[in-house]
Amino acid sequence: MKPTRPLIEAVGLSISFGPKHARTRVVDDVSFRINEGEAYGLIGESGCGKSTILRALSGLNGDYDGALTLADKELPKTRSKDFFRRVQMVFQDPYGSLHPRKIVEKVLAEPLAIHGIDRASERITETLDAVGLGPSFRYRYPHELSGGQRQRVAIARALITDPEILLLDEPTSALDVSVQAEILNLLRRLRIERNLTYLMVSHDLAVIAHICERAGMMYKGKIIEELTSHQIRQSQAGQDYTREFLQATIEAVARRDEAVA
Amino acid sequence: MDKPLIDVKDLRIRFHGAQRSHDAVRGVSFTIGREKVGIVGESGSGKSLTGRSLLKLTPKGAKISATHMRFKDIDLLSASEREMRKIRGNHISMILQDPKYSLNPLMRIGNQIVEAYRLHHKTRPAEAKEKALAMLEAVQIRDPDRVFKLFPHEVSGGMGQRIMIAMMLIPEPDLIIADEPTSALDVTVRRQVLTILDELVTRRGTGLMFISHDLNLVASFCDRVLVMYAGRIMEDLPASELHNARHPYTQSLLESLPRLDVAVENLTVPVRDPSWLDGPVYRNGELA
Ligand SMILES: Nc1ncnc2c1ncn2[C@@H]1O[C@H](COP(=O)(O)OP(=O)(O)OP(=O)(O)O)[C@@H](O)[C@H]1O
Ligand SMILES: Nc1ncnc2c1ncn2[C@@H]1O[C@H](COP(=O)(O)OP(=O)(O)OP(=O)(O)O)[C@@H](O)[C@H]1O
Ligand SMILES: [Mg+2]
Ligand SMILES: [Mg+2]
Repeated sequence: MKPTRPLIEAVGLSISFGPKHARTRVVDDVSFRINEGEAYGLIGESGCGKSTILRALSGLNGDYDGALTLADKELPKTRSKDFFRRVQMVFQDPYGSLHPRKIVEKVLAEPLAIHGIDRASERITETLDAVGLGPSFRYRYPHELSGGQRQRVAIARALITDPEILLLDEPTSALDVSVQAEILNLLRRLRIERNLTYLMVSHDLAVIAHICERAGMMYKGKIIEELTSHQIRQSQAGQDYTREFLQATIEAVARRDEAVA
Repeated sequence: MDKPLIDVKDLRIRFHGAQRSHDAVRGVSFTIGREKVGIVGESGSGKSLTGRSLLKLTPKGAKISATHMRFKDIDLLSASEREMRKIRGNHISMILQDPKYSLNPLMRIGNQIVEAYRLHHKTRPAEAKEKALAMLEAVQIRDPDRVFKLFPHEVSGGMGQRIMIAMMLIPEPDLIIADEPTSALDVTVRRQVLTILDELVTRRGTGLMFISHDLNLVASFCDRVLVMYAGRIMEDLPASELHNARHPYTQSLLESLPRLDVAVENLTVPVRDPSWLDGPVYRNGELA
């Protein structure tokens, strides 16, 4: 076994929004560690603060309390350029995340130019291929792509700088199941091949259990407990809330069993 | 059977490009009554375009043709833009796949709902505000007073989707076209949102066209399922029969799902067979 050390760490992370007199704390004293090469999930109901944590870690929102560290070094609120090469984010919403007037090639060429990475044309071909888009997609605009095709472009853009860490916010919730299977297989394969570390949000517990070793269960801005993928599959929880949350999904799975039986 | 709300025969949607044209929807026929019809199928198969064509909201450059395309007694193909606006405002609502784009980014969420409400109901602003808050509560938004004052970029993905749903229910339409309405929601909220939609459909006899890639959800929630592939309907069957699907494409979709009860190394990725492009299609388990 390779030695494990925390690659990402959150210590007492709190994030609030709103004007001074009416601030709402949407992330409340959250701490977690993710080892190098590990995949960690965040689960919890809509609005509990999952995306907000990812945005803070990704450097999109520097307005937080507590510390975020990368390889034992506390991250400055304004991240360095190198950080943005090493840590890439894939968003929940494949619509807002692509610039409407840039063709796919440009979307993929830009991060390469910013970080001075060579072999641009070849890398673009390889990466498009890796996410299951043929060469004909290279010259399309986002509005000429379906929702799923856009999300594949977004994943390609994240992969193209050869990052160490991917922050994945519902990366497959806009995809049909056949592409989801492809992307999940791809994410699993890439993690092993490139020793990537993932922080992933998904409302689909089967997806979390498939990709992640561990997950933090969130409720109203707090991580109330951590579960292994095995515990998620077996619906073993320490807290009542978690049990209810998992149970709600088990019912959905029971329906699935009817469907494929 | 009652006369369907929607009756479409041989719908085609073609994009004319500079070099080449391509057919995104290739001869689709279906009806929707006062029922819940799910549309599944892979990305790019033409689900959204089919839904949008009913409101003539397809992108510029898309050319729609059909033998016929009717909403009740209205011929949608020949309807003027003015008639279409009336249909969109009052009779057919669409919940879009991209909620953030369909909300006005510069306007507080509460004001948008109030405005939409007052467009359809003659009420004083104070009353409309109360209604708007009640609507946010009905779609399970915690803390509606706070959310009322937020801008669209300040709400989570799932909240945006529920707000869209609340807005679309305001005119009490005959037909709702919901394009991936719950894809960003966790199971608990998803179930609540579906309950709201279900209640409406059952109680008011609204028709629902439910576009989704979640096969389990469609199987349990809808009455009928249309399975699309490469611009065609490969299979049209009762939702309760989805597990007995005949088309190999439908079968492969079912097999590609990750499952909680069994851990696997790799998921089965459906193989796409070129012969499906123009091959046989199935209706109610029989070759059509
Ligand atoms: N810029 C902002 N201004 C004000 N409130 C915000 C802002 N961004 C997020 N929030 C609030 O923070 C809370 C958590 O939002 P977040 O997007 O993290 O939820 P989430 O867990 O990702 O939910 P979902 O599963 O629906 O995506 C929500 O109540 C949201 O309204
Ligand atoms: N403006 C456009 N110009 C050219 N082609 C387009 C345009 N809009 C859509 N298409 C193409 O039409 C096909 C069908 O698109 P549609 O949006 O209906 O797919 P979908 O089934 O809804 O997919 P998803 O599940 O990803 O949302 C796709 O191959 C897409 O690339
Ligand atoms: Mg989110
Ligand atoms: Mg679509």
